[in-house]
Amino acid sequence: MNIELFCQYLIAGLTYGTIYAIVAIGFNIIYNTTGIINFAQGEFVMLGGMLAVTLDVFFPLPLSIAGAVIITMLLGALIEICFIRWLKSPSVLRMVMITIGLSIIIKAAALAIWGEGVKSLPYFTGTAVTVISMGDVHVSPQVLWVIGVSGLIVALLSFFFNHTLLGRQMRACASNIDAARLCGIDAKNMVTLSFILSAGIGALAGCVVCPITYVQYDSGTNLAIKGFTVAILGGLGNSTAAIAAGLMLGILESLSIWILPTAFKDVIAITILLLILFVRPSGIFGNAEAARLKEF
Amino acid sequence: MARSTYKQILLLTVCVIGVQLAATAADKTQYLTQLTMAGYYSMVIIGLSLLMGYTGQISLGHAGFFAIGGYTSAFLTTYNLLPHQDAPIVSLLARTGVLMAGKDLYDADILVVQPWAACIAAVLVTLVVAYVIGRPVLKLKGHYLAMATLGFGTIVYKMVLGTSLVGAADGLSDIPAFQLLPGLSVSGKSSVRIQNYYIAWGLVIVGTTLLLNLIHSRVGRALRAIHGAEDAANAMGVDTASFKLRIFVVSAVYAALGGAFLTHFNGGIGPSEASIMKSVHYVAIVAIGGMANLWGALTMGVALNFLSLRGYFGSHDDSVFGLILVAVMLFAPEGIGSTGAPERIRAWIKRLGAREEPAP
Repeated sequence: MNIELFCQYLIAGLTYGTIYAIVAIGFNIIYNTTGIINFAQGEFVMLGGMLAVTLDVFFPLPLSIAGAVIITMLLGALIEICFIRWLKSPSVLRMVMITIGLSIIIKAAALAIWGEGVKSLPYFTGTAVTVISMGDVHVSPQVLWVIGVSGLIVALLSFFFNHTLLGRQMRACASNIDAARLCGIDAKNMVTLSFILSAGIGALAGCVVCPITYVQYDSGTNLAIKGFTVAILGGLGNSTAAIAAGLMLGILESLSIWILPTAFKDVIAITILLLILFVRPSGIFGNAEAARLKEF
Repeated sequence: MARSTYKQILLLTVCVIGVQLAATAADKTQYLTQLTMAGYYSMVIIGLSLLMGYTGQISLGHAGFFAIGGYTSAFLTTYNLLPHQDAPIVSLLARTGVLMAGKDLYDADILVVQPWAACIAAVLVTLVVAYVIGRPVLKLKGHYLAMATLGFGTIVYKMVLGTSLVGAADGLSDIPAFQLLPGLSVSGKSSVRIQNYYIAWGLVIVGTTLLLNLIHSRVGRALRAIHGAEDAANAMGVDTASFKLRIFVVSAVYAALGGAFLTHFNGGIGPSEASIMKSVHYVAIVAIGGMANLWGALTMGVALNFLSLRGYFGSHDDSVFGLILVAVMLFAPEGIGSTGAPERIRAWIKRLGAREEPAP
């Protein structure tokens, strides 16, 4: 093991880690306002990438990414309005099944529209072989894009939740939905908004990561499992911890290639997920007391 | 055995025989092949129905147990032990009659485990795995339980896909027939199609009978109490954790049995049997049939598996299952049987009968 290789793996880990964190934040936003885990979260990421690739044929890159994000947001709103909004206090089991069913349908639709092929967006700056060298460590500019955009998403979200009326209303719904309703907040619209937001950031993450990881009709499932692992690792609903947990998982995964065959890379994340669930379901940063009070 | 159970089982047996006679009379015995496979899948369904309906626990990893059963049996009956003949464990097995000589694809001699022993091993392996996994997993609830079982299923899938010893992406093939009794063997040869149909459905009938008896016993009442209100059941002295674990293991063993038998019937098994989509299919079928409704689940399991295996859904298999799942969960979360359709039909028949009676 030499230090350059180590740094190289570290950066790869950071890249994946930020994406996992973004997916986890998507889970958290919906979980906070509804108490639902949206099993179709990974599909938003896939749709973002796929739509951007398709739009890229007709429009310049920035425009097609914006288009992809907006279409996915509309789809998120549509899903909430059609399938979630009018259910009266559904059981968790029912919500799990509905979102799993939706994820299957979206995947099947993507397969019908885009086929089985692997697609990718062009690199935002330079080409696949462009390299920024920092000493002996070489980084693709796309990696910086991924990390930069993810950082921007987190910053904007934290501004939104802390300094805007709408964001504060959503937080009120998250902490106590009945009290929020009594204060005159339209909780139903907040839920729709959370789906829109979560679909939007998922799609944006899907776009920036697309040149590196490519996108396929079924690439969402894997990301969803990783994202959920990260969300649990940080404690469900806690987005700051999700970032730390995401980076941790990403790095752990990319360093695991040293010891294990690549085929088992995905097993790492799931094993961690299971261990955390068995040992400390409130997450490593979470508060066990608080977690016990939550509805699962 | 309760009287009603007895009647229901009798009805199932009559249906099974009736379908075979009808298929033979109509010269459509090829349908029996798919019905045999659907029968084995039904083993997973009824086990899962017990777990989901009567204890209220979801499992998105039952394809994993199915695959563990199938793969264990497949591996043991195809892995050539001749090179290890001198190892003490192999010679011990050979002396106890667990091994049998055979021929591989290229007509070379091989030494493999007898199918019956492999099947027992498959059940035992599943039993242990289900117990070890079930203990911590069943402490979880709701989303956490769903994700943990999904994670277990994914691990099994990735493991069989990444292990070259079990054929990686190709899976295992050339699995020998499973001789149950002289003249009665589980194999996909078209000459033994009818007897295989009866083997599969015999297994389902026995399995259903056992489950129905379980449901109508003290255990069943405890299970319904758990589903109704776990804390209340706990307070009444029902050891909820141990009941949940036992049912989890039972349902896993049902899945493994289905997997092992189907593998011998098909003569092969591939990683797709372990995929998450399979688990979702099983859960969807149970949900559609009605959670705490063994008969609904069994009916839906046979119908949907048969249609899917016959290729009626074409390449839209997944979307059909997804759409049905979402629709049922939106409009009839207790399953199709709960929409009141059977009662309405019964009332309608009664009304018809009443009209024909002459006015007094």
